[in-house]
Amino acid sequence: MSELQSYLSSARDDLRTEPRPVRIVIIAIAVIFLVVFVVLPLVVVFAQAFSKGIGAYLSALSDPEAWSAIRLTLLVAAISVSLNLVFGVIAAWAIAKFEFRGKTFLISLIDLPFSVSPVISGLVFVLLFGGQGYWGPWLQAHNIQVLFAVPGIALATIFVTFPFVARALIPLMQEQGTLEEEAAISLGASGLQTFFRVTLPNIKWGVLYGVLLCNARAMGEFGAVSVVSGHIRGETNTMPLLVEILYNEYQFVSSFAIASLLAMLALITLVAKTILEQHLDEGQQPRGD
Amino acid sequence: MVRRILPILAGLLWASSAFAADVTLLNVSYDPTRELYADFNKAFAAAYQKETGKSVEIKQSHGGSGSQARAVIDGLQADVVTLALAYDIDAIAGKGLIPPDWQKRLPLNASPYTSTIVFLVRKGNPKGIKDWDDLIKSGVSVITPNPKTSGGARWNYLAAWGYALKKYGSADKAKQFVGDLYRNVPVLDTGARGSTVTFVERAVGDVLLAWENEAFLAQRQFGKDKFEIVSPPLSILAEPPLSVVDKVADKKGTRAVAEAYLKYWYTKEGQEIAARNSYRPRDPEIAREYQASFAKVELFTIDDVFGGWTKAQKEHFAEGGVFDQIYKN
Repeated sequence: MSELQSYLSSARDDLRTEPRPVRIVIIAIAVIFLVVFVVLPLVVVFAQAFSKGIGAYLSALSDPEAWSAIRLTLLVAAISVSLNLVFGVIAAWAIAKFEFRGKTFLISLIDLPFSVSPVISGLVFVLLFGGQGYWGPWLQAHNIQVLFAVPGIALATIFVTFPFVARALIPLMQEQGTLEEEAAISLGASGLQTFFRVTLPNIKWGVLYGVLLCNARAMGEFGAVSVVSGHIRGETNTMPLLVEILYNEYQFVSSFAIASLLAMLALITLVAKTILEQHLDEGQQPRGD
Repeated sequence: MVRRILPILAGLLWASSAFAADVTLLNVSYDPTRELYADFNKAFAAAYQKETGKSVEIKQSHGGSGSQARAVIDGLQADVVTLALAYDIDAIAGKGLIPPDWQKRLPLNASPYTSTIVFLVRKGNPKGIKDWDDLIKSGVSVITPNPKTSGGARWNYLAAWGYALKKYGSADKAKQFVGDLYRNVPVLDTGARGSTVTFVERAVGDVLLAWENEAFLAQRQFGKDKFEIVSPPLSILAEPPLSVVDKVADKKGTRAVAEAYLKYWYTKEGQEIAARNSYRPRDPEIAREYQASFAKVELFTIDDVFGGWTKAQKEHFAEGGVFDQIYKN
């Protein structure tokens, strides 16, 4: 009996794992890959940023143009994340809790920005709001500047980042079903009460997760923003755009100093993402079977 | 927490608008002029304040000449454009933002500074590049940007063509020559500065075809011990023009300042700034003063050899033009 058991378990081990050398080779390849393509570039960014000492680094960051880029990036991220938060929750709610015609179509529409090149996303706004575009002449006649100003940059960023919150919530809300909401309503809660007391607490970690990814992309977006920015110094350059400009001006320390801020954002996002993922898993465990 | 952060954010945003000059101009320019206009804007602002008592702030936007023109057409609110070639300003004029006779409004084809196309080679000139003929030798790798998107690249192309036309005497031979040259080009960047970075930073290629001012700048940035400038005996006279964008300036009420800004180029101070930044000045006196800085090159103009920009553009760079034909083969 015990012989059979040990035979079975060792057979299972053999089935489950490759021979030791193969395992080592596979793990080594994965690690080397990560080091070369992720860790090394990160190290280079910080090494270049500090290559002329901490003084040069700090003065690069306190330059008015750098400040303007940081401010603009924060502003645009704040606008696009908050709008996409509202939109994402509504869209996910509609898709997960209700049945209606055209639902699959709506889901693919939400995914559209993932599959469109960011440059095209930017050009779409040029075609709509540009001086030769559909609404451009009317806007210019009324002195409303959309393109090459904050509204245009925010619009392009919103477009590129709108799937994130919705995408994070849809599977979560679908899995949770409508039972709790139905119970709340049958007990006399209003629609809004149901949303804030029942739905929202259930999805709060998912919301944060979506906001986090949305924010990272909003701050890092290059292609779409580059098309609608106009590259006005100290006015319409976001951090990613400024990194490229400074690099092209042979100001490598300044360029990598800004890049290091973006890299730090990426690291913070990574840590926060790991923490949130743990909460998401825990949140789901009690509901599991 | 949020309550504590919000006032700080608001303060930061407000701070951006705290400094406001009496007048603000937006100058939309091409790639290699970043350093030139940083210098010029400071001098003009000081001179203008002294003369009128008003402060003026000039904002800059830089990029490939063609795409900058495109942005102005699409509604970038430029008071003045200072681009790499007349054709790009013609394109803006074609949309009615600037009158068609813009190039006659300022002296000297509205080009207060000029430049030419030279070769930047690595220390010691290991491939022995002296003249245009050396660029088509096998084993010589040439860096130049894409003439479809870059103004500088179009000057490069036309300079090579003009040389071949003069030396070999026929358009067919010139086409052959330019075709051979582009066969030696491993990568076409979209802008002049991109090509410089490819050559200088990424160490690709044996020779960079560059604006003379761009070559000097790279040499200043990275040291004379790394790069040498080779001026060919014959090259093109590049005239980067400038103009007020009438539609925008009139709407913003900035025409007077914008015109004063461009006219400042024609003063001794303006010409000196051009020369200091390695652009060839037009003023004979300043030119004499900076004689030693610029190699003696026989220069031909685009009007002489190609019959002007509109014709050159249509023949060489338009869809299906000569460049498309030679780059396909």
